[in-house]
Amino acid sequence: MKHLDAALHTRGESAYVDDGTPPDGLLHAAVFGSPVAHGVVRRLDVTAARQREGVVAVLTAADIPGDNQVGPILADEPLLATETVHFRSQPLAVVYAESPEMGRAALAAIDCDIDELPAITDPRQAFAAGEIIDRPRQLTLGDVDAAWEICDVIVEGKCDLGGQEHVYLETQRARAWPLEGDNLRLQSSTQSPYATQRTVARVLGLPLHRIEVDVQRLGGGFGGKEDQASPWAAFAALGARLTGRPVELVLRRDEDLAMTGKRHPYQADFKLGLSEAGEILAYEARFFQNAGCSADLSMPVLDRTLFHSNNCYRIPHLRVWGVCCRTHLPSNTAFRGFGGPQGMFVIEAALHKGAAALGMPREELQRRNLMVNGDLFPYGQRVLESRAERTWDEGAALFDLAAMGRRVEAHNAEHLGSKKGYAVMPICFGISFTATHMNQAGALVHVYTDGSVSVSTGGVEMGQGISTNVAAIVARSLGIAPRRVKVESTNTTRIANMSASAASSTTLLNGNAALLACHSIRRRLDALLAEKLSLTADQVVSVLDEQVLVDGEATDWTWNRLVQEAYFARVALSAHEHFATPNIWFDAVSGKGRPFAYHVFGSALTEVTVDVLRGTYTIDRVKILHDLGRPLNRSIDLGQVEGGLAQGLGWMTLEDLRYGDDGRLESHALATYKVPDVYFMPEDLEVRFLENAGNPLGPFHNKAVGEPPLMYGIGVFFALRHAIEAYVGEVSLPYATPLTPERVLMQLHGRRLADIVAGTDGQEADASSQDEEPSLTTA
Amino acid sequence: MLSESSPTYCFLLNDRIVAAAAPSGQLVLDFLRRHRRQVGTKEGCKEGDCGACVVLVGELDDDRVRYQPITSCLMPVAELAGKHLVTIEGLRLASLTPIQQAIVDEGATQCGFCTPGIVISLTALLLQEPVDFDPASVRRALSGHLCRCTGYRSLLASGEVVRRRLEDAGVGHPWDLERLIDDGHLPAWLAEAPSLLRSIQSADGSPVGPTLEQDAVAGHPWRVAGGTDIYVQRGDDLARSAVEVLGRYPEMRGIHRADGHLRLGALTTFEELTHQPQVLELIPDMAQHMHWIASWQIRNRATLGGNVVNASPIGDMTILLLALEAELAIRRGEDMRQQALATFYKGYKELELEMDEVVTEICLPVRDPATKVHFEKVSKRKTLDIATVNSAMRLRLQDGLIAEVGLAAGGVAPVPLFLKNTAKALVGQAVEKATVHLACRLAQQEIAPISDVRGSADYKRMLVHQQLIAHFCQLLPQHFSVGDFL
Ligand SMILES: Cc1cc2nc3c(=O)[nH]c(=O)nc-3n(C[C@H](O)[C@H](O)[C@H](O)COP(=O)(O)OP(=O)(O)OC[C@H]3O[C@@H](n4cnc5c(N)ncnc54)[C@H](O)[C@@H]3O)c2cc1C
Ligand code: FES
Ligand code: FES
Repeated sequence: MKHLDAALHTRGESAYVDDGTPPDGLLHAAVFGSPVAHGVVRRLDVTAARQREGVVAVLTAADIPGDNQVGPILADEPLLATETVHFRSQPLAVVYAESPEMGRAALAAIDCDIDELPAITDPRQAFAAGEIIDRPRQLTLGDVDAAWEICDVIVEGKCDLGGQEHVYLETQRARAWPLEGDNLRLQSSTQSPYATQRTVARVLGLPLHRIEVDVQRLGGGFGGKEDQASPWAAFAALGARLTGRPVELVLRRDEDLAMTGKRHPYQADFKLGLSEAGEILAYEARFFQNAGCSADLSMPVLDRTLFHSNNCYRIPHLRVWGVCCRTHLPSNTAFRGFGGPQGMFVIEAALHKGAAALGMPREELQRRNLMVNGDLFPYGQRVLESRAERTWDEGAALFDLAAMGRRVEAHNAEHLGSKKGYAVMPICFGISFTATHMNQAGALVHVYTDGSVSVSTGGVEMGQGISTNVAAIVARSLGIAPRRVKVESTNTTRIANMSASAASSTTLLNGNAALLACHSIRRRLDALLAEKLSLTADQVVSVLDEQVLVDGEATDWTWNRLVQEAYFARVALSAHEHFATPNIWFDAVSGKGRPFAYHVFGSALTEVTVDVLRGTYTIDRVKILHDLGRPLNRSIDLGQVEGGLAQGLGWMTLEDLRYGDDGRLESHALATYKVPDVYFMPEDLEVRFLENAGNPLGPFHNKAVGEPPLMYGIGVFFALRHAIEAYVGEVSLPYATPLTPERVLMQLHGRRLADIVAGTDGQEADASSQDEEPSLTTA
Repeated sequence: MLSESSPTYCFLLNDRIVAAAAPSGQLVLDFLRRHRRQVGTKEGCKEGDCGACVVLVGELDDDRVRYQPITSCLMPVAELAGKHLVTIEGLRLASLTPIQQAIVDEGATQCGFCTPGIVISLTALLLQEPVDFDPASVRRALSGHLCRCTGYRSLLASGEVVRRRLEDAGVGHPWDLERLIDDGHLPAWLAEAPSLLRSIQSADGSPVGPTLEQDAVAGHPWRVAGGTDIYVQRGDDLARSAVEVLGRYPEMRGIHRADGHLRLGALTTFEELTHQPQVLELIPDMAQHMHWIASWQIRNRATLGGNVVNASPIGDMTILLLALEAELAIRRGEDMRQQALATFYKGYKELELEMDEVVTEICLPVRDPATKVHFEKVSKRKTLDIATVNSAMRLRLQDGLIAEVGLAAGGVAPVPLFLKNTAKALVGQAVEKATVHLACRLAQQEIAPISDVRGSADYKRMLVHQQLIAHFCQLLPQHFSVGDFL
């Protein structure tokens, strides 16, 4: 089954928020952001802006009728700043004008006087200054302090991990319509219609039922619209409420880059203890998360960093500690992987260093320590069906890891100007929201009298294919053709209190809810059939290909007839059902529990070539064996793996968020913030799915697929590292990402820098041939 | 926002002739989305970097219309007069085109935001003669597009499906519009485009306005050549303004040889340059160099003149032209003058060019055929990225000694830097390692890079050093190899 929206997409017919015909009187919002990263607001005067051509209203915090607060977990994030500002471009005022240009032009007329204060952009510095959010967190296994004694080799090191901008192709946007009474309707590009509804209601001081949020689709989200779509919807809603006119807000790319949060940068320290034979005995890590100016989702992100700090390795004695550090940057937020990738990078770095110390190939050390059934995760959950060894071994065989190793070694022996490197990156990712209460979903299924079906869930379509998956699940469960099923927009009036489409759990939760709703309808239909066909209790009815079967034998009842008869028999043809992932819990105090329904495994082989002269590089191949349970939709799942990989590769290499010391984002456009393009991706990219791998917890044995593949991208760092080391030897290079061509060149030749600049590089070699030295002539 | 004074532009929009009243600087993208409510064309960046806004623009060329994909977010409406604008709305045929079908079948669209632009660029391949859907061409078509969802493999696979289909049907070689239409690849009305465009142009009188000499272009604040620089810098101002479209002056186009020079019209686009045989005589590797410069969609618009006049210290063409010691032909009304490019730049974005002067041609001295040229560029992302450091070297040997050198580097000074001292010192030197080291040493004294978002000053210094080595190795492969310097 193809992606339901695909044909529309290719014809440019899919409607995004601002594609619908603009309602009469539509106003356009433009947001005024702080010119400094940290400061005390002395004056904010918008009177001149109000006089500008086409401006209908200019609002500041004082105009907010409800609570000036958008923090999803902690109330530490105002919609509009008041006395102080905490990041550059933090919203201070909003202009509503007849056109976007008029609105933006009026921003220049806002008079704002801020006493600038020093800005902190580094998390360790923030920590030292006591700027932390919530409490530090820690998970332990065994007794680390005692375990160092028994280690043969101990390595320590630091990691410096860069952030990542989502670059959803569709920037943040929303439209709001004032309705009769106190009601308001919104279309929003949000991954979490309920979070947006909650934020808007809070800001406007209205009960939730007054606010309807509708989402047709997103032009990408990747976590960036999980909670951070809400402020923009709130600005639109505020304008609609106060002007009585519909309002649209569409961020320009530069505004989106400057104003919204990113993947959290981290600094980390690690210490790893190994036995001579290469067994991990003890591991300690400290994570300093750069949370930005407020909490947003930073605490659950940090939780996941700690949860995934062992990746898929068995570590008997472990202590991982982390803290959210408040800096003067936009509040960092969810991004595919949700803290997991950072935790996994650090253990991979530690193993890299440990392997060097042992004189053991890195992949041998990795392989030796893969988790097997019964091993413990840092949060005390035991791995029930570990596929770490399976995906590693089958991947290594399928893609011939040994040959890759030989190819790389042979190349390096033969070539001076280019070096190859490779790495294996195994992954293990826990599926469920780490906040247990979010693991619930609702679905509403209507069967119409012509046999067509409409389904609503809390899942938001952002390209990941949730609509297609839900349609497939419903069609399969009811025994009808997929074309009979229409998946509706995601709407808060149809599904209440929905969780965000995130944590890779959207299909798991909403698919299961839809399945339950179908079961309800089927039960009623089966009862009707039992009566009409005078069936005995041991006879089994089913519907297959729209045909009613009894004990597998065709009857003269079709799906259409069944629905018709049910209607006339006054059988309810609609069902709303609720799904809650069973048997998961987590105790934040003890740091123990069973936070995940199950885990996804996989392994990736990555091979790169570095141009030793220029420091540039090519990713030659990436080969992935991924554990998907039983694929629900191969084409969609494959797209998720490849797209996730691309983002992971970008995060490790090109995607370079540069902030100045003044907190200004220097890479504030797609001209300077580069993401993978078609030439960047490996020419040889192959993804296979693990065969014979079920998953009783997923709908139709499927495993979640959204986030885990991103972490395959981490392999490229270590492959590049391997190539660099093939040239410089195993010197102690930093574990700093992204590993840009700049960093690569400096790591290759940094020791020659002084000579190069002084012009003495290579002079020794020339000494013999230099009789007369021509000097620099000034013409 | 139409002011009363907005001029009217007549052009073909898909299958219809339209007369659009719009400020001349208004972007084609805004015109489509806001004024025509044709919202299939998307806005992802408005800076030419994402490709969500790509449309096809066709120009009459004898009895053919030649179509190119371009970014509608950097092109003013005024540029459309007498041309054919094809948008994704024009590709909604009774059933999916094979390109659209392949994207659906290969799972090559997820959120869909990038998809209309990509469909347009792939469709543009069908309008090149001969049709070429080889993987390299498909990559080139995708070069200006970001897709954050798919990872591109499925898009390449879609291209491959189309290639096979064309091959099986035997369509494309030779190019046959009717066959492509019959096979459902293209809308039928494309066949009518030449006659419709001719009717527009004759109704409008000549599409060519007053000549350069007579024109009030002099001193116009917003002169647009390809618009790929000025719209990025000043898009907000331009969209509301009247702009002067330099494309109206045919004398600024074309390439010819005269007075020992190859004279390139200032409006020569990067893409035109890539395939021009006379250019290839001077710079045989032009196509390879071009691979690292912008994207197909941008190269279809970006001009040589714009690259030189925008005075970016890192302009790729400018660096190449500097190493070739190009001269500029500059016109003010009826007055013409020549100016060496090497002395054109006075300071950061400060030029030897008055407000009322126009660069009409870029003149390359035709040199001894033994002269060789090489271009180097390093950027964060190899493709569609601005260089951190770029450089070009021109070199000729005679009797085993270096007889002639031109050397330029970008990203290392406030201006595109002509390294005249280094070049001068190299003349007469022997072809040996010491000479390379000499060049490296002297270059370090001439450059003055600063740290910025594209790289630290140290990195840039190191890149200049490495690129110089690369130049010698590439230009004199019998004498040097990279290994000699590692
Ligand atoms: C996505 C993207 C990628 C890019 N990649 C590259 C790259 O890889 N390498 C690179 O070098 N550049 C790149 N550029 C920059 C740009 O495309 C080039 O500099 C291009 O050559 C500019 O030419 P243009 O005709 O579009 O200039 P315009 O924007 O039309 O003009 C630039 C300036 O020059 C003036 N001007 C233009 N022509 C003349 C003339 N004949 N006489 C007098 N004044 C004139 C204009 O008034 C304006 O001030 C890129 C741009 C974009 C948007
Ligand atoms: S909108 Fe991104 S290239 Fe035009
Ligand atoms: S499909 Fe989402 S950006 Fe390409």
